[in-house]
Amino acid sequence: MVKELLTGNKATAYGAMLARAQVIPAYPITPQTTIVERIADLISEGRMETKFVKVESEHSAMAAAVAASNTGARAFTATSSHGLALMHEVLIWAAGARTPVVVVNVNRALGPPWSVWADHQDAMAQRDTGILQFWCENNQEILDTVIMAHKVAEDPDIMLPALINQDAFFLSHTSEPVDVPDQKMVDDFLPPFNPKEKLDVDDPKGFGSLVMPPQYMEFRANMARSMDRARDLIRKVDKEWEGLTGRSYGGMMDMYRCEDAESILFGAGTMMSTAKDVVDDMRNEGRKVGIARLRIFRPFPVDEIRYLADSVKAIGVMDRTYTFGQGGPLYNEVNAQLYNHTNQPFTKNYVIGVGGRDVVPRHIRSLFDDLEKVRENGYGEEGEIHWWGLLDGKTPREEM
Amino acid sequence: MMAKLTIPEEELMSPGHMGCLGCGATQAMRYVLKAAGRRTILSIPACCWAVMPGVWPNTCLQVPELYTPFETTGASISGIRAALDALGQEDINVIGFAGDGGTADIGIQALSGTADRQDNVLYIMYDNEAYMNTGIQRSGSTPIGTWTTTTPVGSTQEWEKSPKKNMTAIMAAHGIPYIATATTGYPEDIIKKVTKALSIKGTKFMQIFSPCPTGWKMDPALTVSITKEALSSRAFNLFEIENGAYKVTMKPKKTPLKGYLMKQGRFRHMPDDLIAEVEADLDSAYENLLHLEECTRKKA
Repeated sequence: MVKELLTGNKATAYGAMLARAQVIPAYPITPQTTIVERIADLISEGRMETKFVKVESEHSAMAAAVAASNTGARAFTATSSHGLALMHEVLIWAAGARTPVVVVNVNRALGPPWSVWADHQDAMAQRDTGILQFWCENNQEILDTVIMAHKVAEDPDIMLPALINQDAFFLSHTSEPVDVPDQKMVDDFLPPFNPKEKLDVDDPKGFGSLVMPPQYMEFRANMARSMDRARDLIRKVDKEWEGLTGRSYGGMMDMYRCEDAESILFGAGTMMSTAKDVVDDMRNEGRKVGIARLRIFRPFPVDEIRYLADSVKAIGVMDRTYTFGQGGPLYNEVNAQLYNHTNQPFTKNYVIGVGGRDVVPRHIRSLFDDLEKVRENGYGEEGEIHWWGLLDGKTPREEM
Repeated sequence: MMAKLTIPEEELMSPGHMGCLGCGATQAMRYVLKAAGRRTILSIPACCWAVMPGVWPNTCLQVPELYTPFETTGASISGIRAALDALGQEDINVIGFAGDGGTADIGIQALSGTADRQDNVLYIMYDNEAYMNTGIQRSGSTPIGTWTTTTPVGSTQEWEKSPKKNMTAIMAAHGIPYIATATTGYPEDIIKKVTKALSIKGTKFMQIFSPCPTGWKMDPALTVSITKEALSSRAFNLFEIENGAYKVTMKPKKTPLKGYLMKQGRFRHMPDDLIAEVEADLDSAYENLLHLEECTRKKA
């Protein structure tokens, strides 16, 4: 293994190279651009053999990827924010077509107002498309996940597309030392894509034709079953990867110092790395705190949330976006899993870091303090959903 | 003396399609597949042909077909071609088969991308001059004066006000190697042009004028003869653009536009002064084609 200093975007390109993506249709968007630039470089350096289709939009990127996958080629693409929103229709199509295209999304806010910084609305808004969702907190995890996601998505029992999320700039443009696995090891781990059904002139079939209502519901139920089966496979693939590289990402969820924790914070992406660091400090002070980091959003880690519910007293849910109308998407999910569960810890929603606003150690500490306070005294005037650190007329400097 | 049959006998479209009586689009598919043969992959967006092959698990088409979202025909054939290249199957024909709305309107962006990259595919626009699968709404390819369900002819005369979008000129501007028009009344011409298109590397575009008796409010028995009158009245013209050189492949003797229009309920409301105006424009467009043929001849 070789350690290289890689940004999240370079780690993404390396992941696609090691996974031997055969067709990559892609369109540039800030802050994903260096992914497609790096892929172009790797091809021009002769290090990567892939058909790079320079499409005129993200919608076409995903449509070409789905068609390539239907033809029997391993397809990969990358996008961000508005690009992912534009892909929405074809993400649903990819899932229905059972084409295991892997998409890396650099999580970025949607406009207006224009913002290019980290925010989770782009991915969370794709919740119901039928795409598997992986979430990363560092660049090593991105590279490893591109390879693992292909293996999960292409499994004959799954055959669903996969979305891999990494925070804008915090990962996409930040360099970290990353182990670049040996190609031979990756080849043994991830065999060539060989779907049971594909567009084949010697065995002609139609893909995606009209069905009547009795059949449509059966097709959708099969997708739901595949999505459910993915939980065990994700855990298994994570273990297999750990055996090869020594690196595990917790299977369905990344739990950090949760064993005897009374209060935990649950959330996604890079702010959870900061939170883990704060937890180390607070543990030294004797506080029983822990972090549950979202690793897989679809399928949702139901068992893991309920397992935590059996031991912790309070779960603070950090959402880097909002479901306008009621609650952050992760908060709503957590509560939904607890309703039919025997043990129901106290929960509160913290909407935080929206549009790339910094989430610093001081914030994490204050969230734990707040969580413990409201658990004792009730939600108070603020209610159960708290937009944390709003300026409300103050200048950013005063707030910091 | 027996005429030599130039149409391949093999049928790759079985009986049992779900098209309407007299459907030109079914004829277009049949002839295109005869020319293309079995080593062909089709991509079909939302359009009549998304429904006409039959309800799952049946299909009347005997080549692999990929159904794709409305606006993605161009992208999907590019994706299929890229995959075939990656898998070392370069000899397979890749054909996009889309309606006029899916081509001239919602799919024009993806088609432009495909042509811009010069991807090695054949894109066929079967042109029935409106959104017929959704029930006769106007498209960019609907000619002036047409009644459709979104250009109704009431007291305010809301018939189609803008001319038919010139898709061949748009495609010619992309500098692709081969563009052709054809119509279902002339199967041998379709087969000749599809065969030629598939022998050329790069992006090829064909517009096949395909009558829709249902949407045109026309006797289905006229589905063949109306194409002849469309050509003679200059409502549609047959030509090729090969590497920039125009060739008008049929130059029929002119017949009055009114004869063509009055056979179709969609035009029957048109006042004589509007018909005269449209006829003058169509004649002038035909003259322009002849001029283009003349001045691009040396390039051939």
